[in-house]
Amino acid sequence: MRFTKDHEWVELDGDVATVGITAYAAEQLGDVVFVETPDVGKAVKAGDAFAVVESVKAASDVYAPISGEVVEANPELGDAPETVNASPEQGGWFAKVKLADKSEYDALMDRAAYEAFLQTL
Amino acid sequence: MAHDETLKTTPLTDDHIARGARMVPFAGYTMPVQYPMGVLAEHLWTREHAGLFDVSHMGQARLRGVSPLSAFEEVVPGDYIGLKPGKQKYSMLLNRTGGIVDDLMAGRPDDDGLFVIVNGACKDNDFKVIDDELAGQVEIERLENRALMAIQGPEAAAVVQAHLPAAAEMAFMDIRAMPGFGTDLIVSRSGYTGEDGYEISVPAAEAVRVWNLLLEDARVRPIGLGARDSLRLEAGLPLYGHDLDETVSPVEAGLTFAVNRNRREQRDFPGAARIVKELAEGPARAKVCLRVLEGAPAREGAEVADEAGNVVGVVTSGGYSPVLKGGIALAFVPPALKAVGTKLKVIVRGKPQPAEVVASPFVPHRYVRKA
Repeated sequence: MRFTKDHEWVELDGDVATVGITAYAAEQLGDVVFVETPDVGKAVKAGDAFAVVESVKAASDVYAPISGEVVEANPELGDAPETVNASPEQGGWFAKVKLADKSEYDALMDRAAYEAFLQTL
Repeated sequence: MAHDETLKTTPLTDDHIARGARMVPFAGYTMPVQYPMGVLAEHLWTREHAGLFDVSHMGQARLRGVSPLSAFEEVVPGDYIGLKPGKQKYSMLLNRTGGIVDDLMAGRPDDDGLFVIVNGACKDNDFKVIDDELAGQVEIERLENRALMAIQGPEAAAVVQAHLPAAAEMAFMDIRAMPGFGTDLIVSRSGYTGEDGYEISVPAAEAVRVWNLLLEDARVRPIGLGARDSLRLEAGLPLYGHDLDETVSPVEAGLTFAVNRNRREQRDFPGAARIVKELAEGPARAKVCLRVLEGAPAREGAEVADEAGNVVGVVTSGGYSPVLKGGIALAFVPPALKAVGTKLKVIVRGKPQPAEVVASPFVPHRYVRKA
């Protein structure tokens, strides 16, 4: 699993990357009450806002950590947005993206680097 | 968590931090937006039990003078000359064009003039406006040495009355100066959640002790500004700086109950010409309550469209209702579209979503009108 400074995680299976937000991000957001996932077929570029997560208090963008084409969105988050809090790094995934350029994945932080980054916040 | 030295603190700030609150800047103060329980749980706890709020950032003052009640009527549209001892009334400071400078509570807890509570973010300007307008008629004593806490929810009355038996004799909008918790208090039966409860003004030096005494009761939990906002929104209550500002009149805001009949006839308050005209002919825009029927919550600034897709208004505050489990909002629309049941759209991130005008409040008030 790799991580971004915007607190997204990416897990690679072949050339398909599953993307979500980290436990830290979910804790900071508080209770998630609405999630807008990207449409299947959408082309995303690394750094684009590609999903939205809303708590009682505010709406926050989720940025695509890597470029590619959205091939699947988590269907459970529509009825159960709280899954993002309950299981941010597993059941609470947002979307699967067919990777355009694996070097973007390789450039992301590994868990040790991400945890070191969290210590600086 | 970083502590911004430029922000003011309340007598309870250290206690909030010790309880693990997430502190944010608000109205020039560092204030708890939520405690570890989280906004959603804090909201529901208040609706089911009793929530305790630190609202010490709000401005408390005494107005004293030869006839402070009649003087006060020069800056507000409410009937204060007729205000009986032991009562408070919601009103608003108006500018000369009938716009709202701030909304406020003013009451008579005792015979010591008028006790006024205004919004924290507006307080310096408010007291300057009152001082400028009423120079020579009233003297303002700002009560900077007092904290203010609110306890709200269906179990709040029982909690408070265990400490303050005299508070049981009070009904909604009653206010009394009384001894309690070994100190001097100003207690009103009012709040900003739609629930029954009390607001308690306490000397700053006694605030931590009183706060912790109330929190010793298992029915009481501390509640942050996040849930305070979602609770007031469900109660359909406006928030100054969002739903109300210097361009908005009480008629547009749906607050005509605060423009008393005798004052309408006398037309002797700031902006009376506009307000009386709007009362007779209707305002240019009307505040409505919207339920978002599908999709994301519509937040402040979201456009409101009619069914044909024409943009006709704007959301002034909106969010997620933990009780209704969906989006709710206060919005301005043309008066022709204000009837309950009117179908509208809210535009969230470019997408029109169905919404409907509903009656205010979203969640029924539970004020205790007879003690």
